[in-house]
Amino acid sequence: MPEIRLQHLRKDYGALTVIEDLNLEMADGEFTVLVGPSGCGKSTTLRMIAGLEGVTGGEIVIGDRDVSQMEPKERDLAMVFQDYALYPHMNVAKNMSFALRLARMNKADIDKRVGEVAETLDLTAYLNRKPAELSGGQRQRVAMGRALVRDAGTFLFDEPLSNLDAKLRGQMRAELALMSQRIKKNMIYVTHDQVEAMTLGDKIVVMKFGEIMQAGTPEELYRSPANKFVAGFIGSPTMNFLNAELVDEAGTLSAKGDGFSIPLPDARKGALQAHRDRNIHLGIRPSSFAEGPGGLKMPVILSEYIGAQSVLISELGGQRVSIEINTVAPIRAGEEREFTVQGDEVHLFDPKTEAAL
Amino acid sequence: MSIARANRLTPYLFLAPAGAVLAVALFYPICYMIYASFLDWNPSQRIGEADFIGLRNYTKLFSDAAFRESMWVTIKFSIVVVTIEMFLGVGLALLLDRNIRGMSVLRTLFILPMMIAPIVVGLMWRYMYHPTVGIFNRTLTDWGFDPIPWLADGDWAFASIVIADIWQWTPFIFILSLAALQSLPASAIEASRIDGASGWQQIIYIKLPLMLPVLIVTLLLRLIDSFKVLEVILVMTNGGPGLSTEILSIRINRTASEFRELGEAAAMSNLLLIVLLILTFAMFIYNKAQELRAQRMRAVEEEA
Repeated sequence: MPEIRLQHLRKDYGALTVIEDLNLEMADGEFTVLVGPSGCGKSTTLRMIAGLEGVTGGEIVIGDRDVSQMEPKERDLAMVFQDYALYPHMNVAKNMSFALRLARMNKADIDKRVGEVAETLDLTAYLNRKPAELSGGQRQRVAMGRALVRDAGTFLFDEPLSNLDAKLRGQMRAELALMSQRIKKNMIYVTHDQVEAMTLGDKIVVMKFGEIMQAGTPEELYRSPANKFVAGFIGSPTMNFLNAELVDEAGTLSAKGDGFSIPLPDARKGALQAHRDRNIHLGIRPSSFAEGPGGLKMPVILSEYIGAQSVLISELGGQRVSIEINTVAPIRAGEEREFTVQGDEVHLFDPKTEAAL
Repeated sequence: MSIARANRLTPYLFLAPAGAVLAVALFYPICYMIYASFLDWNPSQRIGEADFIGLRNYTKLFSDAAFRESMWVTIKFSIVVVTIEMFLGVGLALLLDRNIRGMSVLRTLFILPMMIAPIVVGLMWRYMYHPTVGIFNRTLTDWGFDPIPWLADGDWAFASIVIADIWQWTPFIFILSLAALQSLPASAIEASRIDGASGWQQIIYIKLPLMLPVLIVTLLLRLIDSFKVLEVILVMTNGGPGLSTEILSIRINRTASEFRELGEAAAMSNLLLIVLLILTFAMFIYNKAQELRAQRMRAVEEEA
């Protein structure tokens, strides 16, 4: 299983530059998720790795081969498409065995491989059906099976779950995670869904406008986002952003805004000195709020009771804030409650560069 | 009359004018022709004066060597032109299904022959095939080859009308194939590239099978059309030399105007009509089968 390196990758469509200078390394057997809003270049990047789009500049290195000018079939990869891309005129068995038949593998081996994969994906009963005679979830599994029988070095996934309904998506996500644990290949997965990214990826690459905003493990991205974009993109419900000023209150730096002041831990003092008395953006995850006496008094405008948790919509200094807390009984809207926030759980961003402070 | 009843009748009210036109323009002539085929009818007679001779026109046709020859020429012509046109048309479509600068202009150019009136096409080719001043023979003699008797020799004449028809009708197949190609699911073709299919393998295993429904309908349409071809050949060879290019519609035309046998011409027309009906019916059956299959698939999908 080779490592994959993208070096100074560039993609132009005519005069439009979609990706300017992309550099990324993926280790052996790593599950890498490219995530970002639509138009961020994640699918284009994947399609360039697949060889379905030509590269304008730069190199794609798989193992020790520069594959950027090679045909897709020479790159030793398998791909699962968003719309499954099954061959409508072939039955499930034929769909799954197409690559093997093209490679002129002998029939007994093909049948064995297809049989095994169909077994693991629960498709044995459908081998003689055409794609049109299958449900969405079954088609999705056939697409997965078609990639799996290939035994390729690298697996590419282009938003494979986005055409499924929510419940099925959850199931398939779990199956995918199990599969990736079992076969341990290079996997590159494109999605716009941060939950998929967090649950599946060994490494997450957050992209925006053709640039990598941050690459790291799910935990790194969640705990220490490099900028406001990543902070807002990762985590659900979304992080709250509040305008605040960094002030020195009796030797302790605090983030002070309209109606609140959150003291910051001394450990961060050194790094933050330069921004004293300046405006900053304060980021607080909804789950960083805790209910307790002596905190900020905040009104409950809306309460979404999910069961063990509730998401409350509230207001702080005239700005909308969402709060996620554990609940036993539903909290009613219209009440006023007290919430505390720990200084070591807040994130600070430069209002101009949006970089984390 | 109740409102429900009025609602039920409304569609028929709107259909009535079209029905009337069909009855006058299609149904009446066909009945007339079927009746005429049982008569020994000379153009100088009124239809009421003609003798009723039963099926004798038909039995005469089957023992008529010239008619059999004409039938054979028609079938040979149809099979040859449609086969070559299918290969060329689909081939061109596969070749030109890409984004190259100026491709839209090229595509438009390809379609032009189809838009020219058949008489003009016939005249144009007749001039080009002209034994001395035609462009083909002039070019051949310029290059030092012997001129070819394009329209004067039976075999060459057949080849000549085949070439002209191919020139005119390949674009039809080209356009339909191109449309079919461009509506194919792009991701299935991409998937086949990833699966390791070469350009040829993509065509043979993915593109052609997926285009098949359109290709079959195109084939049947072209077959129906090629059985009815008249003007181009009439202008170019008028069926000659001998009977070498006398396709059925020319034979019918001659039987009616030259041999003055209206009854026999009607019988021939009826036979041609039956052939066309069989082809049309084949197309209808095919479409129906496709529809039923699509319906069944939908049913399965809803179940799943």
